[in-house]
Amino acid sequence: MRCFSPFLYAALLAGQALAQTGGELHFALSDDPKTLDPLQVTEEPSDAIRYLTSGMLVRIDRKTFELKPELAESWTVSEGGRRISFTLRSGVRFSDGSRLDAEDVAYTLRRILDPKTQVPAGDQLRPEKGAPVVAVLNPREVSLLLPNPVGGLEALFDAIPILSSRSPLQEKAGLGPFVLSEYKRGAFLLLKRNPNYWKKDEGGRQLPYLDAVRIEIQQNREIEMVRFRRGELHLMSALDVDSFDQLGTSHGAIDAGPTFDSEMVWFNQVSTSPIPAYKKKWFQSAAFRLALSEAVQREDIVKLVYHGRATPAAGPFSPSARPWVDTRLKPPAFDPDGASRRLAAAGFRKESGVLKDSAGNPVEFSLITNSGNRNRARMASLLQQDFQRLGIKLNIVMLDMPSLIERISRGFQYEACLLGLTGTHLDPNDQLNMWLSSSSDHVWNPHQSTPETSWEAEIDRLMREQSSTSDTKKRKPFIDRFQAIVHDQAPIIYLVHPDALVAVSSRLGNAAPSVLRPRLFWNVEQIYLSDGNTAVRNKP
Amino acid sequence: MKWASRIAWTFLILVYLIALAAPWIAPAGYADQFRDHAGESPSARFPLGVDELGRDRLSRLLYGTRVSLFLAPAAATISVGLAFVIGMAAGLATPLLARTLDLFIDLMLSLPTLFLLLIARAMLPLNTSPLSSVLVTFLLMGALGWPAAARVLSGASRALLGSTFLLQARALGCSSGRRLTIQILPNLWPLAMAQFFLLVPIFILAEANLGILGLGVSEPLPSWGSMLSELTNPAAISRAPWILAPAGLLLTVALSFHIAGKQERAFS
Repeated sequence: MRCFSPFLYAALLAGQALAQTGGELHFALSDDPKTLDPLQVTEEPSDAIRYLTSGMLVRIDRKTFELKPELAESWTVSEGGRRISFTLRSGVRFSDGSRLDAEDVAYTLRRILDPKTQVPAGDQLRPEKGAPVVAVLNPREVSLLLPNPVGGLEALFDAIPILSSRSPLQEKAGLGPFVLSEYKRGAFLLLKRNPNYWKKDEGGRQLPYLDAVRIEIQQNREIEMVRFRRGELHLMSALDVDSFDQLGTSHGAIDAGPTFDSEMVWFNQVSTSPIPAYKKKWFQSAAFRLALSEAVQREDIVKLVYHGRATPAAGPFSPSARPWVDTRLKPPAFDPDGASRRLAAAGFRKESGVLKDSAGNPVEFSLITNSGNRNRARMASLLQQDFQRLGIKLNIVMLDMPSLIERISRGFQYEACLLGLTGTHLDPNDQLNMWLSSSSDHVWNPHQSTPETSWEAEIDRLMREQSSTSDTKKRKPFIDRFQAIVHDQAPIIYLVHPDALVAVSSRLGNAAPSVLRPRLFWNVEQIYLSDGNTAVRNKP
Repeated sequence: MKWASRIAWTFLILVYLIALAAPWIAPAGYADQFRDHAGESPSARFPLGVDELGRDRLSRLLYGTRVSLFLAPAAATISVGLAFVIGMAAGLATPLLARTLDLFIDLMLSLPTLFLLLIARAMLPLNTSPLSSVLVTFLLMGALGWPAAARVLSGASRALLGSTFLLQARALGCSSGRRLTIQILPNLWPLAMAQFFLLVPIFILAEANLGILGLGVSEPLPSWGSMLSELTNPAAISRAPWILAPAGLLLTVALSFHIAGKQERAFS
């Protein structure tokens, strides 16, 4: 069974009754956080610290994907998604003891909306034109009025940490369950329990249960695994399949289900790129792309590369993205004969086992991917064999990451690329940069001044329409239409969505891994450490 | 230790013969994927088991041996050739030219060869065939691997210049060309051969290092390096110890070259 059962919450409640207070949770991060300023977070280690030390107005529940009140006990979205008003919880204090009020929220919002500061946390809220208005209605109520509606407005506040406007400690005064106590760069971070944390459990006990969280900086995953086995670490996130198999489900390895990440192939369609014109013609042909997509044995990738711990991909949304994925769209079935027919209809022909285009050019192209990633190397080898069946010669080229990025984003000296996309948020706006034709992240043909194809123009329109509507029900038809276009045009050949593979010590109670980041400590205030015999594990 | 040298030579010749016969004795093609048998243990059909993509490990080892064992000596020949010319020139030239060449050798010695190889690989045309890319890789290794050998040969050349037999030849009116061909070259030759035998295992290991980094021989062409990349997963070793076969062969071949080279050094 891949996903957690609906009995999770019953188990969580049972866990609260048994929970033991105290103890120190240990886990590792692969790198030091680049910043400890919660507004400047752009990468995972910093995000982990922010999650543990900051308070948000709302939180996305990592299991149900529903928005839950946190510092705001309620909120309303009005004026067609332009205005959001929050009513704050009373009696909430920062870690330094100062009281939270609407001025603090207004101060935070003004900081992130200031175009001069370019705070990453406010990227999606900062309008291109017009000025947002932040208004303090009373000490417990604050509202934000935007010039234009923003899709999924309230969910954006899941990543906006509220700062104190008055504390001399500035951003160090947090509202999260823990506060940073000690940091030795390259070695560890020690977070201590926030004595003023506002949450209590069902029995009225002060949360968090844990006294402290010690985060080791450990780049070597093998050492991390050894320390987890010894019981020195309690959590491991992002296990690869080999480590997952090595550890085994009986020793704490858990498959939390398909992530929002995708492994994908795309072709260089940049009209000014320095590749032969006849190859550009292939890559710009939907029939060519769809035929190659049909020739891929996704089930084999799942079986041989991910040992069954992945799901064949139909498009940009994984099956876990339940509110948005169009379940009517299925991954292209492996059909080499259908692919050959499609290629023949597009003017390609097979001669002596070699596929040639209408001008007689043999179909041969290179596929670049980053070196050092075993899964991608294996996938590339499988694709090589799959395409060979159609008479296509695929040359695999492993490049170090900087060389690869240079080729796909600046020089465009490549033909096809195999890479992964990490999905950090559930909302489709998370992928907006990738799909807008004017964006630098529109991987197959970035920076278009006007969309070069009618279907890209249609995707632009759909993505803009959905992002300017706050009502999920109204956004869904736009997203469905967008998914159908991606399915029919295959600008990106989606291969698989890998599963979230994690490991949780048997000493941890109330741990409930999720596919949404942070996968393991999203409910850290409810996690507790037992002596090893009495822990309640919320296993699937 | 003559017997050890004999064993080493016999082993090397045997491995070369087997590698040459790979197309006839390999049970399958090196790129053939038997996906339904992926990860299988050794059996009568697959004597060294099947890799994660369903390819017969024995066949890949045989073809990979061809790549590593034929191209490493070729690269070593290039290196020793360059080292011979540059080292001898540095040892025998006028003081100013000798100092310039010594400086050049020092400069080349200080270059991070692995990074140069990575940069060169990144600059290759993308549609370079796997065979061409491996040829270029070994060519680059050969072109970059000469400085240490050149340093040894320049030192030996200088020592020869001060030798009494060369002074006597000069006093007897022997021409420079004759001294070079009759007295200097034959004396440097065994040393050059010893350098060759040292460089062969170094290049084999360098290709293996590139393979582990994923930047060695392009798929699907096998090499010892690309096969050794399987060993980066320690759990796989305990589960399937037969994946150590390429490492065992590499170690034995490198040792054989070392023993054979030692004999050459003893002669020199």
